[in-house]
Amino acid sequence: MNMLLTFWRSTIGKKVVMGVTGLIGLGFVIGHMAGNLQAFSGAEKLDAYGALLHGPLHELLLIARVVLIAAVILHITAAYQLTMISRAARPVDYAGRKPQVSTLASKTLKWGGVLLLVFIVFHILHFTIGTVHPDFVDGKVYRNLATGFEVKWVAAFYLVAMIALGMHLYHGAWSSMRTLGLARQSAHPLKRYLPVALAIVISLGFAVIPLAFLLGVLR
Amino acid sequence: MNFTLKVWRQANAKSAGRLETYAAKEIPSDASFLEMIDIVNDHLEADGKEPIAFAHDCREGICGSCSMMIDGVAHGPVKGAATCQVHMRSFKDGQVITIEPWRSVAFPVLKDLVTDRSAFDRIIQAGGYISAPTGGARDANEILVAKSDSDSAMDAAACIGCGACVAACPNGSASLFTGAKIAHLARLPQGQPERYKRVELMVAQMDDEHFGHCTLYGECQAACPKQISIDVIGLMNRDYIVAMATKTPDMAGASGHG
Ligand code: HEM
Ligand code: FES
Repeated sequence: MNMLLTFWRSTIGKKVVMGVTGLIGLGFVIGHMAGNLQAFSGAEKLDAYGALLHGPLHELLLIARVVLIAAVILHITAAYQLTMISRAARPVDYAGRKPQVSTLASKTLKWGGVLLLVFIVFHILHFTIGTVHPDFVDGKVYRNLATGFEVKWVAAFYLVAMIALGMHLYHGAWSSMRTLGLARQSAHPLKRYLPVALAIVISLGFAVIPLAFLLGVLR
Repeated sequence: MNFTLKVWRQANAKSAGRLETYAAKEIPSDASFLEMIDIVNDHLEADGKEPIAFAHDCREGICGSCSMMIDGVAHGPVKGAATCQVHMRSFKDGQVITIEPWRSVAFPVLKDLVTDRSAFDRIIQAGGYISAPTGGARDANEILVAKSDSDSAMDAAACIGCGACVAACPNGSASLFTGAKIAHLARLPQGQPERYKRVELMVAQMDDEHFGHCTLYGECQAACPKQISIDVIGLMNRDYIVAMATKTPDMAGASGHG
């Protein structure tokens, strides 16, 4: 217990927690994206998948939800605390500091993360609970998508959030391997290939659904 | 060459500072950056003014004293060079150059461009050493070290403790410094007995000094005059995780472990 506390109190410990919970999130978004893409196989297929999760697999769904909520809470708590520690580490700022190699993704990690949090809350209220949905019908997954994305700004918000997710993962999928000490030594440690592919596949894989409804490919 | 300098002037650790403007006139293009300041200081002294205080010693990139932020870049525009190894030919004639001290809560400004970097010394003191038995020198080849291990240990050992990594980091993190010191011992057999105790103590000290955390922006590696790789941060983190996972409560003392 003592060690766990020491670990959590250290900046490395908090960052490791962010890496692990971030990878849990990555695992989830890959599964979630694959599930969503069944929308292209028609309403019956998607609704049957929803029924499967809420019926025979509902215990699994419950476990996944508990793990994900815990992961998000830990991820955000660590992000907030580390941000505050590092803000205090430079009380007097430079007249001008010129970043040399920071990527747009790394510079927008924090505000992109805040956007993701807003999105996650909205998304749950939208398609899971239905409170911010104009016409939510329990169990009618495909229909809820179609009516939900009729609201243009909502569809646009989904697209923006998926860009933020892609950027978050472009940095996070790469940095977490280094945070956790799993990356191999490299002559060019800032180069990344798999994270680029992951970020593009995941953000596009999610974005095609609202796009398809906006463009009338799905209806 | 002629330049306009905007230099951070601060009388002592307690006083407030500000950027002052100076003209640097007729500077030879092969003057080093420190020699350029020397020339400006000669003029300031001739005018009865206080010269610009900056730290320097070896003037050949090995002591790590000459820390300053030059136009927002730690050690200025030359990759893999300390300020003393940067020459005025790397700047444009007539350029306005802003010179600031390192900015970190752990590196208080003592005067002008001079900061107190003893936080680094305390991190080393916490565990950046090995215990060796006294007595006659041991046979040179008694402990065999693989070439790849000695190479990567030497890469990490190139750290001169200048603090550019902290200065360039958006978070003011000392991860590259601490990681380098941990890696250069962890990559050698001599560093193994205290390996996990060392990382635990040095990381704790690093945090106690109020340095920030590592987001892996990569700015430290870009700023390092010895171009030390962020790979050392991965090694530090891995060893820290192992240290925490294998630590037993009764080994909380300062004794060796691992
Ligand atoms: C819920 C809102 C979120 C917030 C506020 C947030 C915030 C952050 C921040 C600030 C960082 C950078 C930490 C640092 O400064 O080093 C980060 C890293 C990361 N995030 Fe998030 N994030 C959120 C959601 C997510 C989601 C949904 C995922 C996965 C799909 C994710 C995956 C990651 C990963 C993998 C990292 C890298 C961790 C590391 O380098 O070890 N995050 N997050
Ligand atoms: S004066 Fe020694 S490194 Fe520059």
